[in-house]
Amino acid sequence: MLKYLIPLIVFSCLVILFVFGLQNDPSIVPSPFIDKPLPQISLPTLSDPSISIDTNDLKGEVTLINIWATWCIPCRQEHALLVDLAKNNDVKVVGLNYKDNRDDAMKWLVSLGDPYNIVLFDEDGKAGIDLGLYGVPETFIIDKNAIVKHKHIGPLTEENISETIIPMIKELKVTPLNNGLNTEK
Amino acid sequence: MIKIFISIGICLSLTFVHAVDIPLEFEDVAQQQRYQQLLEELRCLVCQNQTLADSHADLAQDLRSQVYTMVSDGQPNQDIIDYLVTRYGNFVLYRPPLNAYTVLLWFGPFILLIFAFIVVYRLAKSKKVVDVKLNQEDHLAVSKLLNQSDTNNQS
Repeated sequence: MLKYLIPLIVFSCLVILFVFGLQNDPSIVPSPFIDKPLPQISLPTLSDPSISIDTNDLKGEVTLINIWATWCIPCRQEHALLVDLAKNNDVKVVGLNYKDNRDDAMKWLVSLGDPYNIVLFDEDGKAGIDLGLYGVPETFIIDKNAIVKHKHIGPLTEENISETIIPMIKELKVTPLNNGLNTEK
Repeated sequence: MIKIFISIGICLSLTFVHAVDIPLEFEDVAQQQRYQQLLEELRCLVCQNQTLADSHADLAQDLRSQVYTMVSDGQPNQDIIDYLVTRYGNFVLYRPPLNAYTVLLWFGPFILLIFAFIVVYRLAKSKKVVDVKLNQEDHLAVSKLLNQSDTNNQS
């Protein structure tokens, strides 16, 4: 009996391993920033280089940070979804234009719609590195204390938005703002 | 004919443009070696099976220049590695540190090897040669069979 049982057990273990391997996308690297404060970055805005925004200014509101570029084709794919998301939900959406050209980026927002409250302009990609960026588009959700709660790598899909992004934003909106007492960990 | 020469010339000049990679300047050989060693230790996140030294991805170039700046500033290797690990996690390291998450990664192969040895050992043990007592009749039968096969082979 055991003679037949052992190969069966070994086989089932392999099947479990393979199913796990198939569902696990190795190109998605977990972010080390989850549940940690958003790295401090200061960048000029896209529309006005003289205005500079600090990530500390994002404290106080649940914010979705979307990193995009006009040369990035998947960004175009997700852009309409972001426009919808910003229109239908009460959430602050901050864009980070990564290694791009100011004029191209402005034209993009005019022709495809502008879902962003503010767009930051990261010309040399240094801020992108500080955020652990490796494949545009990437999307972060930060809570009221500017703690990173979620990171999505690659273009957002309708499913991602309805199943993960919106429920998470709603949940974070009802959690009270911590007055900076326990935020530094 | 002139046109051909001109077009060849244009093509050659184009290849030159592509071949030129900004040569990096180092204070000394040790610094250059340190830079090279660091790049060999770090993984490119875009093409994950390549080191930062090998990868042509845009991000890899940016990270290389970051490492270069830090090396030229004389920052110790550990600081440079920490800089990347805080941003990209242990995944950037080709040799991840030993901790609770990576125990299986470091020791898994050895555990499997020990397991394989046990299996082989037990299989070998179970196939023991058993000493069977033979009587005279058996011996006769055996020699008869052996002779038979001998004659068969000779014919």
